[in-house]
Amino acid sequence: MSVVARGLSHAYGELRSLDSIDLEAANGEVLALVGPSGCGKSTLLEIACGLREPGAGTIEVEGDADATGRLSHAAYMPQRDLLLPWFSALDNAALALRNRGAGRTDARREAGALFERFGLAGFEAARPQELSGGMRQRVAFLRTLVAGKPVLALDEPFASLDAISRAEMQEWLAGALRTDRRTVLLVSHDIEEALYLADRVIVLSARPGRIVAELRAPDPRAADRDAVVTDPSFVAVREQALRALHAGAR
Amino acid sequence: MRRPGLHTALRVVLPLAVAAALIGAWQIAASNGAIAEALNIEPVFVPSPAEVAGALWDNRTLLLENAWVTLREILIGLGTGIVLGILLSVAMRFSWLLRDTFYPIAVALQAVPIVVLAPILVVWFNYGVWPKVIIVAIACFFPILVATLDGLRSVDPEAVKMMRTLDASRWAIFRRVEAPTALPSFFSGAKIAVAIAPIVALFAELAGANSGLMLVITQANNNFREDLVFAAALILAVIGVLLVGLTALAQRLVVTWR
Repeated sequence: MSVVARGLSHAYGELRSLDSIDLEAANGEVLALVGPSGCGKSTLLEIACGLREPGAGTIEVEGDADATGRLSHAAYMPQRDLLLPWFSALDNAALALRNRGAGRTDARREAGALFERFGLAGFEAARPQELSGGMRQRVAFLRTLVAGKPVLALDEPFASLDAISRAEMQEWLAGALRTDRRTVLLVSHDIEEALYLADRVIVLSARPGRIVAELRAPDPRAADRDAVVTDPSFVAVREQALRALHAGAR
Repeated sequence: MRRPGLHTALRVVLPLAVAAALIGAWQIAASNGAIAEALNIEPVFVPSPAEVAGALWDNRTLLLENAWVTLREILIGLGTGIVLGILLSVAMRFSWLLRDTFYPIAVALQAVPIVVLAPILVVWFNYGVWPKVIIVAIACFFPILVATLDGLRSVDPEAVKMMRTLDASRWAIFRRVEAPTALPSFFSGAKIAVAIAPIVALFAELAGANSGLMLVITQANNNFREDLVFAAALILAVIGVLLVGLTALAQRLVVTWR
């Protein structure tokens, strides 16, 4: 198991955000967390990445339960792309390598090798403000991937995009995850996105977040997104998820 | 439609044209005695631009020697202030203990008027360059400190989290996220420092100096040599414009992402 949480709870002062969460993610599994706003999804990601400590319960990432260990195994991709405007797309993608002490040339070569595959060839020298929203998200994802960690924590990666670029980016991410298997914790408020990208979807209730349903996606990361999301089996699971979500929101 | 080329040309031509018109009007009003008459003073107290230019040329050695003294006070003081401001703001960013200890002291030091401080420093350090340098440094370091600290505080906590999961050390976070974030604020502070540095240097010279532009101005004024006063003021204006211009240029070269 790559990620194992047992009885995980968390509170911001008096405000309880997570309530006894039990979950596991196998190696290479994409696990989506959906739930109403403020149900503690992002908090759960931050705990998994070692950026926050749980109030109660335990969480293990790649066998490590302490924050430093979790931090070393998980890379976090925040909601906003947070590309640094003073670096080029290439230097943004290479951040993790530079942070670990790699020289500028080596880091650029290693990160640059992936630009082609991510549809970013030719944009290595561009500043983030010159890129479209979709391209910025791809650079941000590349930056997370280049960190080389077994676990990726993606916090609503496409929330800031319009519907069309979002569908494109979901298809693109599905492709990227097909070739580069990692354990992924994906936070989303979009059930369709979660069911398309993930192997399993966990539905959380309103604050404090509890698990109200766990669903298996019918055809995770299929090449033809449009065909998958309109398939009757997909629509049926989506309806199940929606009902669970609404029941949990009450 | 506004054409960018035309706009750029106007930005150069318009100020020059207005300045030329003002100087021309002043030349006429000064040489026919209109200003002196309006102020009810002797025409000799109202030098025309041509007379100022003459005084500038005739006294070029005196003016340049003393301008160099004042410029040196400004530059060394400004440089010291900038370095101190940066070092202290960075130290305060890394340690709340340092911040809570030294920030109130810096504010208190800033609150002491320069007119009070200058004579004391002249007594302590004599008539040379150093009392002026110290005063310019004290006056310049404060806007840098406040602005840079503000800039460092505006760092996005989400970006810091992102960097931590990308294995960034405290130093890497400072270097790649915090310092660049603070740079535009630092330059805002530097612009204030650069604008006040010449004024503060002159104030410091007023408290006691054996050279410098303020000495030239005071002596010329005592001898009713207003042409020389204007000539010295002109040099100060040039120094001021150059300093502000160089700061703006440095900002454009360093902060390339805005």
